[in-house]
Amino acid sequence: MSKGILYDATMCIGCKQCEQACATENGLPYDDRVAAQEVTSAHKYTTVLTKDDKFMRRMCMNCDDPACASVCPVGALKKTSLGPVTYDKSRCMGCRYCMAACPFGVPKYEWDKAVPGVRKCIMCSKRVAEGKQTACAEICPTGATKFGDREALLEEAKKRIHDNPGNYLPHIFGEAEVGGTSVMLLSSIPFNTFGYRNDLTERALPMYTYQVLSRIPDFVPLFGTMLGGIYWITHRRQDVAEAEASEKDQKGGAR
Amino acid sequence: MTVPRIRFTFWKAVFIVIMVAGIYCTVLRFYRGLGASTNLSDQFPWGLWIGFDVMCGVMLAAGGFTLTAAVEIFNIKRFHSIIRPTILTAFLGYLLVCAALMYDLGLPWNIWHPLIMRNPHSVMFEVAYCVMFYTTVLALEFSPIVLEHFKLKRALKVVRSLMVVFVILGVLLSTLHQSSLGTLYLIMPNKLHPFWYSPLLPVFFFLSAIAVGLAMTIFESSMSSKYFGRELELPILRDLGRVLVVVLALYGILKFEDFYHRGVLGLVFTPGYEQRFFLLEIFLSVLAPLGLLLIPKVRENAQGLYLAAVLTLLGFVTNRLNVTITGVENAVGSRYTPKWTEVVITAMFIALGFAIFGLAAKYLPIFPEEKAHVPALREPSTRFSEVAVPAHAGD
Repeated sequence: MSKGILYDATMCIGCKQCEQACATENGLPYDDRVAAQEVTSAHKYTTVLTKDDKFMRRMCMNCDDPACASVCPVGALKKTSLGPVTYDKSRCMGCRYCMAACPFGVPKYEWDKAVPGVRKCIMCSKRVAEGKQTACAEICPTGATKFGDREALLEEAKKRIHDNPGNYLPHIFGEAEVGGTSVMLLSSIPFNTFGYRNDLTERALPMYTYQVLSRIPDFVPLFGTMLGGIYWITHRRQDVAEAEASEKDQKGGAR
Repeated sequence: MTVPRIRFTFWKAVFIVIMVAGIYCTVLRFYRGLGASTNLSDQFPWGLWIGFDVMCGVMLAAGGFTLTAAVEIFNIKRFHSIIRPTILTAFLGYLLVCAALMYDLGLPWNIWHPLIMRNPHSVMFEVAYCVMFYTTVLALEFSPIVLEHFKLKRALKVVRSLMVVFVILGVLLSTLHQSSLGTLYLIMPNKLHPFWYSPLLPVFFFLSAIAVGLAMTIFESSMSSKYFGRELELPILRDLGRVLVVVLALYGILKFEDFYHRGVLGLVFTPGYEQRFFLLEIFLSVLAPLGLLLIPKVRENAQGLYLAAVLTLLGFVTNRLNVTITGVENAVGSRYTPKWTEVVITAMFIALGFAIFGLAAKYLPIFPEEKAHVPALREPSTRFSEVAVPAHAGD
């Protein structure tokens, strides 16, 4: 059963305890200076954004069919069956295609290190594998960040919108975006207020490249045969011409 | 002979300055990391080294597969005398691309990982295999030149008997590689500007590589005649010019059809940041060279062909930089200009390319013996430049 996170912005009080718990869980520094940073980075995997009296979290969406994992040539990024999208630095060669491909701009890089790696929220994959909740969901005092089975969370999100339509936008961000994501968001104000794009395709991004890549095994023997065939035909003409020429020479010599 | 000698020492000085700066930047890159040596950021993970050194490097090496296909597969014999310099250019280009990758990759010592850690769903995986295999094939295609120089007759015989296989593999791998650099961007439908994001990206990258391969061959033949005192093979360049007209026309028409069907023709006439760069690109890459080459006087003339070729090269360099940089700036919400250290490293690779080409041309049998091939095709008045450059200036 795939796990997920439901973040309900209307329940969030902006206490940033999720940021602190995330930093502790991942061994990252956390102080007032880091708390004030409203961007995710190589040392901050989640952030709570504030707009007037509204809040919104940013973190890795842990897509169901993630672009980052699909584009990674060495399989350093992987979608686990439990939901988290994990990263293994020992495989990574640092091409940063994951960063270029991510529709949410999530993967960050350790630019100031001589031996850098990719950094992002991995949905507490270790804790989840042990049957625990993510650190951010566990600490959340209001239940705004809720951990559970993705399907159940989706049903709950629909119910919340249905029961209280005045309180929510009729949109569960992450239900369908880029084929669905493990992290889903509810809000009372448009998501693009906080930098979430409202023009994202609902198709899983890996399909865009796979529809080309999947044809290569068919293309290679066809194109190879065509090239070989052209060579054979063009050089056959030459062989014939040479044979005819030498035949003429022989006849000429015999006379 | 004084004029070329002064020029030689001037360029030598430029070369040394670039190399010294390049070594400093190399130390900076590997000791302090990418942050200290580049303007790359979380918003802009790919910059000049990917946009120019890799994307354009591979594209500018396309003469290798274009010309070997024409000569060895289509059996067009009159191009035979220019095939070695194009293979040298391609081989050098790929070696420099590999070297540039070592700078750009965050963990370059892991570059071999795709050999044992395979994700065939990744376009980058395809790219990695194409780079590895095609560089190997280019080394094999280049090997007869070295074997000939050292008079290793048996090895030469073996390589020659297998040459058809290498050539077919080379064309196949190039086709995949050139197009795959476009496929890389198919995963970014919401990121790359509609001027450049198209399902036909791989086709555009492949077609433009052929155009650039032809233009590069014209460019490099002209340069060789200017600096190595080679006799310019104008009839051959005229033929290449005609092929270039056809390829550019195909590219232009396909681009128009693509824009029409995706409904972005209107954007071309809507002033904007991306629009200016797109207009520059399409003018340099298609409109100007096509316009020039359609005039018979220009098409038949050495300087005219040279100008059209240079415009084509600049145009498609602009195209690759637009895809990698201009086209994503709006979506990621920041602008990117390379740091001086990035520019120095790129300049170092360009300088190395020219220097190694010059050395190879001097010490290896790159050019056919003067007058040994098809003398009937030569015209007496076909020198690239009648001014100031005496014949055999490099000797």
